[in-house]
Amino acid sequence: MYGFGIVKGLGVVINHFIGSYIDDLRWAGKGGRYYNEEAFNVRQSPLGEGVKTVFYPEEKLSTPERFRFVPFLVTDDPPPGQRWGHDWCTACGICVKVCPAQCIWIERAKQPNGRPKSQPEKFFIDIDMCMNCGLCAEFCPFDAIKMDHDYELASYDRSTAHIHDKERLSKPLSYWREISPKKAEAEDIARKWAEAAKTKKRDKDGEGREDRIAEVAARQLYYKGLYY
Amino acid sequence: MTVADTGSANGDIAIPDEVARNVFIGNIAKLLDPLYNWSRRNSIWPVTFGLACCAIEMICTASSRYDLARFGMEVFRATPRQSDLMIISGTVTKKMVPVIVRLYNQMPEPRYVLSMGACASGGGPFKEGYNVVDGIDKFLPVDVYVPGCPPTPQALINGLIALQEKIDQQSIATAPWYRKDDPTAGMLPVPVLGPDLVDLRQLDIIRAKAADYEAQVTESAGVEAAAQA
Amino acid sequence: MSDIILEPTADAPGPDVELTPAQEATAKLKELHPNVLSDDTREGYEGMIVYADSITEVAKTLRDDLGFNYLSSVTGVDLIEEGKMEVVYHFYSIDRGGGPVVLKAQVNRDEPVLPSLVSIFPGADFQEREAYDMYGFNFLGHPDLRRILTWDGFAGHPLRKDWKEPFFEEEFKPYGSRWPDGQVFRVEEKTPYGKNVQYPPGWAPTGEEYDIETDVYLGLTYSRDATPGLKTDKVTVNLGPQHPSTHGVFRMVVTLDGETIVDLKPVVGYLHRNHEKIGERNTFIMNMPYTDRLDYLSSMSNNLGYALAVEKLFDLTVPERAEWIRILMVELTRIANHLWALGFLLNDLGALQTPMLYYYLERELIVDFFEAASGSRMMCNYMRFSGVAYDLPDDVRGMPTMKFLEELIYNNLPRAIDQGDDLMTGNEIVRARAIGVGVLTPEDAIAMSTAGPVLRASGVPYDIRRAEPYSYYDHLDFDVAVRYNGDIYDRYLIRVDEMRQSLRILQQVLPYLKQTEGAPIFGDKPQYAQRAPRSGESYGRVENPKGELGYYVTAKRRSGNPERYHVRAPSFINLTALGPMAKGHKVADVVAILGSIDIVLGEVDR
Ligand code: SF4
Ligand code: SF4
Ligand code: SF4
Repeated sequence: MYGFGIVKGLGVVINHFIGSYIDDLRWAGKGGRYYNEEAFNVRQSPLGEGVKTVFYPEEKLSTPERFRFVPFLVTDDPPPGQRWGHDWCTACGICVKVCPAQCIWIERAKQPNGRPKSQPEKFFIDIDMCMNCGLCAEFCPFDAIKMDHDYELASYDRSTAHIHDKERLSKPLSYWREISPKKAEAEDIARKWAEAAKTKKRDKDGEGREDRIAEVAARQLYYKGLYY
Repeated sequence: MTVADTGSANGDIAIPDEVARNVFIGNIAKLLDPLYNWSRRNSIWPVTFGLACCAIEMICTASSRYDLARFGMEVFRATPRQSDLMIISGTVTKKMVPVIVRLYNQMPEPRYVLSMGACASGGGPFKEGYNVVDGIDKFLPVDVYVPGCPPTPQALINGLIALQEKIDQQSIATAPWYRKDDPTAGMLPVPVLGPDLVDLRQLDIIRAKAADYEAQVTESAGVEAAAQA
Repeated sequence: MSDIILEPTADAPGPDVELTPAQEATAKLKELHPNVLSDDTREGYEGMIVYADSITEVAKTLRDDLGFNYLSSVTGVDLIEEGKMEVVYHFYSIDRGGGPVVLKAQVNRDEPVLPSLVSIFPGADFQEREAYDMYGFNFLGHPDLRRILTWDGFAGHPLRKDWKEPFFEEEFKPYGSRWPDGQVFRVEEKTPYGKNVQYPPGWAPTGEEYDIETDVYLGLTYSRDATPGLKTDKVTVNLGPQHPSTHGVFRMVVTLDGETIVDLKPVVGYLHRNHEKIGERNTFIMNMPYTDRLDYLSSMSNNLGYALAVEKLFDLTVPERAEWIRILMVELTRIANHLWALGFLLNDLGALQTPMLYYYLERELIVDFFEAASGSRMMCNYMRFSGVAYDLPDDVRGMPTMKFLEELIYNNLPRAIDQGDDLMTGNEIVRARAIGVGVLTPEDAIAMSTAGPVLRASGVPYDIRRAEPYSYYDHLDFDVAVRYNGDIYDRYLIRVDEMRQSLRILQQVLPYLKQTEGAPIFGDKPQYAQRAPRSGESYGRVENPKGELGYYVTAKRRSGNPERYHVRAPSFINLTALGPMAKGHKVADVVAILGSIDIVLGEVDR
């Protein structure tokens, strides 16, 4: 019959229309549906019903731990009175070698005698080239470069704002722990294990077997770190 | 006489207190600005214009979850002649850039350009490619840059809010598009596709380079001929 | 609800079969053409080198006598060291499945002339044009040999190994200027024009306008109507590259007689991002995030295809859990992609916005899962050689991952698909506009090398997951969706069917994921600079949501970069069928026909 399909279609639309109000009623007694964190989380999950709009900028979707938006450098938490802590980066250059867009520049620091020092003097990332792929963070052996969660970077000018230098890139460890707690913790443990395995080997008095166990455990935890 | 002239008049003439108390003397532009900007910032209509991957995120931003309608921006116009904003959402290629400039030329004033994503701002990961334009700002004036690859819908909205803030700063008195000598009006030269992209503003440099090269060639040829002789 | 016609295809040949169809055909071919064929003896290479002038005869035998009737990919290769260039052809058998028969035609580098295959395999049309554009091959007998990705007048053939782009820095990445004394610079500041341009030495603009459009129109038929009676002139209309219904920067030049389409020529290249040139400079792992940007709606599948090709080259194996995760991701991608494609197709059919918005709600959930698993909504960069980058996340949007997936797979997605089905399938307007429009016959579909839903909607049950199974697809129980009419409506329905089949696969995958919890997710620890252990070539292909996505990768021993990196993009080749499909229909139908092919410009232009 002609017209039936259209009526059916309209039915689906009306269903949606009414459904969007029903969920409002459900939350009416529990602090309302909007601008309510609990309701917001349910609304954005598969259990959500009705209108699913995110009222950005008032409500923001949480970023998952693995979320990646332009990289940053991890430093120690700055000691009181200082602006920067110690860089974790050792200027090993692995992130440079793996970066597909080739948007990282590192100048390695030099010791007074001219020998290279394992620290970056300068560190630049051109975020107009960066493809947010996360390979630098994935392959850095010192957990020194990480992907940021701050996506609110809109600017009026790119000539200056879009080349991030070391100052702009450096963020303290506490920040990393805040945005990615589970992964940071796993990395911590893995580092400790690896450290323990290393010192044992150096002492030469530990039994070989224990070394191996420690190493294996460290590696597993390292992978576990990738799990989060 | 423009509005701006009315506004600046009270600086020169000493106004008696009596008059000042009973007559409104002030900057009309300042009064009008909030209304003018409020109405403009809440009805920015973008062109339906997607270039690459970033366009998908742009469409997601416009669809129900992020809902650009909350900002009055959901009216994506299919023609540039009805729109205020061009979101350059993706990689600009040399083959495409003449079209983009032509579209921009067709937009009515005041017009805004938002460069979305690394590609549009500076070539992005494809910058080294032979067919990629390293930044649309080489051809169009860009108002807001949104970095990211791709910027998430929330990042794009953040950029659009930045654009709204920019609009808030503008004043009807100083807006260039009402002035006769508007520097932003008129047509931008549409680039041409030759053996490579030709920016018509650079014709002189290109010709000079070519002439240099010719001179070099003839010179070296001359040297060779002399050596042979 | 629609009635579903599904038909399982023949299984891939088991191990008890002595010769695979490809081997059999190769042997026969050698018998039939002993003088023009020789084995490719280079280390790690397969297939046969064919005397270039006889390629047409050999291809004809393959198609007519041996049943290898599907020319999947035509790849140009520059062998600069040998002073030669080569065209690699991959032929498949639709009926018998299995691997390819690979033919290679080598020609002199300075004079690359060889016969065109378009007369036998119309599907070679665009690919030969691409090879001409990128390498300068002169295909004799090609009806319309013009540049396709760059524009007419472009200087040089960019994929030749000795062609350098303006921002050329070094032959291979990583660049020396980045470390250890890397001082930041913007490369445009180092070029004379401050832009990514270069001109042939001594070239100066004459001042006359260059008009690429004239060239395009030249190829079109302008003939006046010879029939008696009222005379009509033909009008040429240009749709795109900026057009709301072209799904990106795609352009169609349409010649109209009244409202009827007489001729349609797709013009592509507006998003040509030099994927292959960049890919040949990259290291192997660097290409992974670039593949995300091919078909940016289904980045996971793109990753998988590339990973398969490189794993074949590197002889790597993948642990079980990683395989299940891969299938999970790829099938979710298929659903996400089809939701998107259907939304846009219905949009093109006039159901403006509403169905699209409903579909996208569910897509957002899938995308959320990708974001939690890989870190990005679209550019997942998730597969690694011999595994995946990370294990599944602990939780997604505050729910345990497994619960989230169950909810999604058993609840949300079926509901969304059914609802879309309810809303649109029986709708009179959709039926009136879609049934019988844009018909593609099975013969044409095969001849034009179309792939994926376009091919299967024409009644050809060819699905790589069945024909040449990769990953664990041979362990899974699913049907290959087929429809038989080959019109827009069937291409709509087949996507609905495929989503249902994907759900079926996903439901089977979930228990395996639970079983293998905690198992390793890569075979070897991924290295940041993996090198090819042997020289050779490999071709990895997957059933992308849009069709067969193939990667042709060759490498030298111990080299960290691919020598040749070519992508066989399904959207690009499916476009061959657009012109013939649209002919004879009204101009209003052309956007719907295009929508039913479901192209993504990132992949068409690469
Ligand atoms: S890989 Fe890590 S430690 Fe090495 S240079 Fe990069 S950030 Fe520094
Ligand atoms: S995220 Fe990718 S592109 Fe960006 S700096 Fe890191 S490796 Fe380079
Ligand atoms: S910035 Fe990234 S996501 Fe956007 S168009 Fe460029 S490559 Fe695609």
